Amino acid sequence: MSGATEAAARIPRLRPGYRLQWEAAQQCHVLLYPEGMIRLNDSAAAILSRCDGQTSLGALIGALAAAYPGETTLAEDIREFIDLARQRGWIELR
Amino acid sequence: MNSSTSPVSAAGSNCAERPVPPPLWLLAELTYACPLQCPYCSNPRDYPSVRDELDTAQWIDVLRQARALGAVQLGLSGGEPAARRDLETIVQEARGLGFYSNLITSGLGLDARRIEALRAAGLDHIQVSFQAADAVLNDRIAGTRSFEHKLAVARAVKDAGFPMVLCFVLHRLNLHQIPAMLALAEALGGDYVELATTQYYGWALANRTALLPTREQLRQAEIDVAAFRAAYDGPMKIYYVVPDYFEGTPKACMGGWARLHLTIAPDGTALPCHAARVLPDLAFPNVCQQSLAEIWHGAPAFNRYRGTAWVQPPCSTCPEREVDFGGCRCQAYLLAGDATAADPACRLSPHHGRVLEAIDTARREGDAAPLIFRNPRNATREISSADLS
Repeated sequence: MSGATEAAARIPRLRPGYRLQWEAAQQCHVLLYPEGMIRLNDSAAAILSRCDGQTSLGALIGALAAAYPGETTLAEDIREFIDLARQRGWIELR
Repeated sequence: MNSSTSPVSAAGSNCAERPVPPPLWLLAELTYACPLQCPYCSNPRDYPSVRDELDTAQWIDVLRQARALGAVQLGLSGGEPAARRDLETIVQEARGLGFYSNLITSGLGLDARRIEALRAAGLDHIQVSFQAADAVLNDRIAGTRSFEHKLAVARAVKDAGFPMVLCFVLHRLNLHQIPAMLALAEALGGDYVELATTQYYGWALANRTALLPTREQLRQAEIDVAAFRAAYDGPMKIYYVVPDYFEGTPKACMGGWARLHLTIAPDGTALPCHAARVLPDLAFPNVCQQSLAEIWHGAPAFNRYRGTAWVQPPCSTCPEREVDFGGCRCQAYLLAGDATAADPACRLSPHHGRVLEAIDTARREGDAAPLIFRNPRNATREISSADLS
């Protein structure tokens, strides 16, 4: 199994205590956590909303590729964002 | 793909020109009742004179109005918020409205059963405060035997699956315990540990000589925090900020006056920060008389220090004013006698010498200074006209 295939099988989920929701007053999605909040742009929100603990990274990339055709660097962008989100402690991968 | 980590877009320098941003953070001080007597308590020195607490229906109305204004983070604090029997009801309403609710507690008034009930009601997170890393010092500073109960509460919080912040308020009497505090936080499974510096208003200002650390203590504290960080590779996040008195730069107090934070005191008084009642010549509105929207957008006390149009020299020519908003208004008033002055914590303030003096006084006299514990006996009284007649 190659590294990329192995990574595609992993399943991301929001870290316990983190919550994603739409905020009408701010006209954006936010990620809420103990005593803190991060405003998300549309692409970050699209990815995080699919980090549901059931969808594999591969399936997540597939779903977004279908939703946003023509985005040539999409898979790479998503992997980069997932790495960042994990480093910041927003998500966990299993 | 970048996400913005800024909680709000850039601040307006002149509030008349730009719309007022929503109060993203609502701090609900549910009660001033508390079984602890911490000498750095952030409640007013005359807290027993505040008698009429909002009832359940009034708090729920405050939550609804604040949510409609855009508030999303909710702090439930006090006093000790667990002293309110309707805490679960308030939490349930908050969850239904879409708040992320944070319970800020000493642990007293909670047990495993109540923590489960709060979980079921939809509470998101619990912050448990400790006064020190061991029972002897913790209970001395709290003025109440509480350490063992706090340990049990922290374990129950984790058992219930909550994310947990452990908060240690730091000062001269416990700074040497940082390694033990961090070890305790790790052992208890804290997700975050907040090494919070005492802020010198109200009770803490009255106890400043006894509580202000020495420069040597702070140097050691930084070494201790760095050593723990270097050796630790677990998931616990550590927050530690060098106190403004020693840093020479003022904090962006509350993220700017009436810009992010809205505090509602137990009696319904609306404040841009929980210490703001000390400021003279500002009439703070009450939610029993006005809507939160009217208060947030229109109350003169909320507009008084919004943005930076009001600042004086040296702030008016300083590029940092858009970062720190001139620092803290309460500190300016309490130390410089002028709420529109630069925060004396700033080395550019003409009153910075008063901060240096306080540090020097504490160095010389701190060990002998008595502690004034927060309790009704030590509270100051508001002098009413009846007292004068």
